[in-house]
Amino acid sequence: MVESKTKYDRQLRIWGEQGQAALEQACICLLGCGPTGSETLKNLVLGGVGSITIVDGSKVVEDDLGNNFMLDESSVGKSKAKSVCFFLQELNDAVKAKFVEESPEALIERHPSFFSQFTLVIATQLVEPSVLKLDIICRQANVMLICARSYGLTGLVRISLKEHTVIDSKPDHFLDDLRLNNPWPELKRFVESIDLNSTDPVVHKHTPYVVILVKLADEWANSHGGCLPSTREEKKKFKDLLKGRMIAIDEDNYNEAIEASFKISASPGISPALHRIINDSSAEVDSTSSDFWVMVAALKEFIANEGGGEAPLEGSLPDMTSLTEYYVNLQKIYQAKAETDVLAVEQRVRNILKRIGREPGAISKSNIKSFCRNARKLSVCRYRPIEDEFNSPMPAELQKYLIDEDYSIAVGFYILLRAVDRFAANYNRIPGVYDGVMDEDISCLKTIAVELHAVAAFIGGIASQEVIKLITKQFVPMSGTFIFNGIDHKSQLLAL
Amino acid sequence: MAESAGRWRDLDKLLLRPGNIVSPNFEPGPELRDDLQTYARVLVVGAGGLGCELLKDLALSGFRNIDVIDMDRIEVTNLNRQFLFRLQDVGKPKAEVAAMRVMERVSGVNIVPHFCRIEDKELDFYSDFTIIALGLDSIEARSYINAVACSFLEYDSDDNPLEESIKPMVDGGTEGFKGHARVILPGKTPCFECTIWLFPPQVKFPLCTLAETPRTAAHCIEYAHLIKWDEVHSGKSFDADDPEHMQWVFSEAVKRAELFGIPGVTYSLTQGVVKNIIPAIASTNAIISAACALEALKIMTGCSKTLSNYLTYNGLEGLHTKVTEFVREKDCLVCGPGVLLELDTSVTLQKFIELIGEHPKLLLSKPSITYRGKTLYMQAPPVLEEMTRSNLILPLYDLMDKVSKDVIHVNGMTSKNDAKQSCLLKLRIVFKGIDGMTDMDMASGA
Ligand SMILES: [Zn+2]
Repeated sequence: MVESKTKYDRQLRIWGEQGQAALEQACICLLGCGPTGSETLKNLVLGGVGSITIVDGSKVVEDDLGNNFMLDESSVGKSKAKSVCFFLQELNDAVKAKFVEESPEALIERHPSFFSQFTLVIATQLVEPSVLKLDIICRQANVMLICARSYGLTGLVRISLKEHTVIDSKPDHFLDDLRLNNPWPELKRFVESIDLNSTDPVVHKHTPYVVILVKLADEWANSHGGCLPSTREEKKKFKDLLKGRMIAIDEDNYNEAIEASFKISASPGISPALHRIINDSSAEVDSTSSDFWVMVAALKEFIANEGGGEAPLEGSLPDMTSLTEYYVNLQKIYQAKAETDVLAVEQRVRNILKRIGREPGAISKSNIKSFCRNARKLSVCRYRPIEDEFNSPMPAELQKYLIDEDYSIAVGFYILLRAVDRFAANYNRIPGVYDGVMDEDISCLKTIAVELHAVAAFIGGIASQEVIKLITKQFVPMSGTFIFNGIDHKSQLLAL
Repeated sequence: MAESAGRWRDLDKLLLRPGNIVSPNFEPGPELRDDLQTYARVLVVGAGGLGCELLKDLALSGFRNIDVIDMDRIEVTNLNRQFLFRLQDVGKPKAEVAAMRVMERVSGVNIVPHFCRIEDKELDFYSDFTIIALGLDSIEARSYINAVACSFLEYDSDDNPLEESIKPMVDGGTEGFKGHARVILPGKTPCFECTIWLFPPQVKFPLCTLAETPRTAAHCIEYAHLIKWDEVHSGKSFDADDPEHMQWVFSEAVKRAELFGIPGVTYSLTQGVVKNIIPAIASTNAIISAACALEALKIMTGCSKTLSNYLTYNGLEGLHTKVTEFVREKDCLVCGPGVLLELDTSVTLQKFIELIGEHPKLLLSKPSITYRGKTLYMQAPPVLEEMTRSNLILPLYDLMDKVSKDVIHVNGMTSKNDAKQSCLLKLRIVFKGIDGMTDMDMASGA
């Protein structure tokens, strides 16, 4: 549809049509449609998720109008779930919006199988005992769970699921994959075909830095017993060598070469993060393994064999000063090598699939290609069950945070939020609802039962952002528990 | 309007209870909400992705007197995040629709829309607000509003900012999964101009690359847009909002890419490159606006200490938030005490205009000049120019009521990175040979 393509244009530029398709297939369940829940869902409805189901058993009272934008005067006395659902539907008619007028706590208790129909459940303002039950239900049903709470000037967001794997992690800054100190034969041949001492000044100043660096790195190694510059002194000398080859000061390509000269000293082989992934026990695949881990198993074999210790070549070339012809040819050389690597990995994927008793063609070529292109950037996120976090906290971590100035406030909030929940569990109400009781203990949370709109909008924004990452399987979701600090904004992620 | 006290239950709990995280001059009490609702006037600059969120957040944080200014009309591409707009609103002014939608939903809030350019408003308009919230995507517009807010700042004789002249600002910005929120208390925390280096100008492709050695799809697009268009359409200027123009650039870019064997030219990329489109999503805007609105609430009520002074959010790889305490630029032309100019009492307004045009720190062309709210000279519109023209031959000393020194405001054009942009400067004028006879230091009066 042309119109939805235009409507979503600004986000398609971020997560592409694949990401959008994943959103449009997602079924989201929201528990509790106070301001935190309504704001979380608002951002997802705007983005065009497939369906939303709002669960809330309460009726709208006058008080609710002061902090929830998805209600108005006419909602008072009506079902909150129904009212919020109505106003959310207004934002995007492509979304299927439904509601269930029942308290989330009761639903968790009475009807656990209800949750298995969803891609992801967002639990807002839900107290500890229900969160624990819900977490177990969702993990069993393989439904992603995200908990969000706003409390006075603080709040928290926590993802809970067994494992989330990301191929297209789209990191902000990532070193490009140029293999300058380890060129394969085709690249070497191309570099050799170019004369750095060209007498044509236009050619000289338009020889791409990849060619310059490969050539001069080779030259350096030949005169240094096969070693590349490693000490600071040597690196400076190498830069001087580059400078010495310039024939005019405005040669951007040489300036780019000097700036990129550190790339020739890049250590060979794969990163520690990728090392951990290929050595993960999940990479020992069987018929129950996910496609991701099957491809990791193939990647591991590739690195040990054809790759010679390296991951498949990414195949993309950053823009650099160059003659068009040189650049386009270089691009083709990088792409051809990437394609060869993909074929090798694909062969291994097919063999592994056969070995574990699956259809050899079960994983598409385009998925394997995308996996190879992103092989250096793979990400695996795992989250402890919430029950483990609550029942067996890691005292060493807590201790470390408490004495760290940057973390102590956040950890204080965490403990207080937990204390509030314990209190609620024992006394069946939230402290702060009745003035004068219990204030001393937790006065530093100030306004315990309060759901300020701005805080709810912040927490809802964070929660929806994480939901988008989980559903699109792009970008890396947060790890640990996010503790919002609305006092000075020194919020923290706690690994607990 | 009758309204039960219950509506503001949650806000009241924040404002009525003491706690140990509040700012030192916080005194809890019901009058705080009254103050917020009666006296606080907030201006929201921009009714786009951030502006829509800000209006909602402020209205639900107890602010009642809100103005919003935006010169744009609603487009289909806004609808994925600017949640106050519907498909049937496309083409209408953003400020007007946004104000209407929030007033419909939140009773008791009054939002006045201004469908115009920020430069179209007089300084007086801006001086009426207790706080300004910026939801903008342009550096130039931020710079302008910043200068306006800083122009109200007055200093005492020891160059300390006068508390009551500080016009606080909260500013947000987003790009994809990243964003920032900041608090600017002119004279106390760095203003936008003090930290202008945080916003490096966009790098442009060298024309010779476009013409001779294109390598990327963007090079081909910019060639069609910046070079080929003018060659073919002599005199007709390119309009990025005209789909036929965009289609033409796209097809030319495709031809050029084929000629050079360059992959990747698409219509979407063509639009992105030509219009310099910044990707934008609802969730990031929600996060950043909420932080700004919360700071506005805290600044106005003192119910908690505030962000000091720059928050960055990055959600690409995990979740990173960071607070940086930037420091003021001592000699900032915008938020400092002002550029000092020593003048003879005989200098006419005409001569003064020439002086600031040549002054190396200022290089200000086409200036309009005001002194304590009084217009001394206006460049435009022609009616006003004519009315003020007679002042040009009068001595500035006389026009400034023969005080020995004082501050005047100059609104003009300056060139930055080769681009002309409007700017507002505060100048400290001291007349030579007049000592403190009138005993009027530059911060008093008004
Ligand atoms: Zn400044």
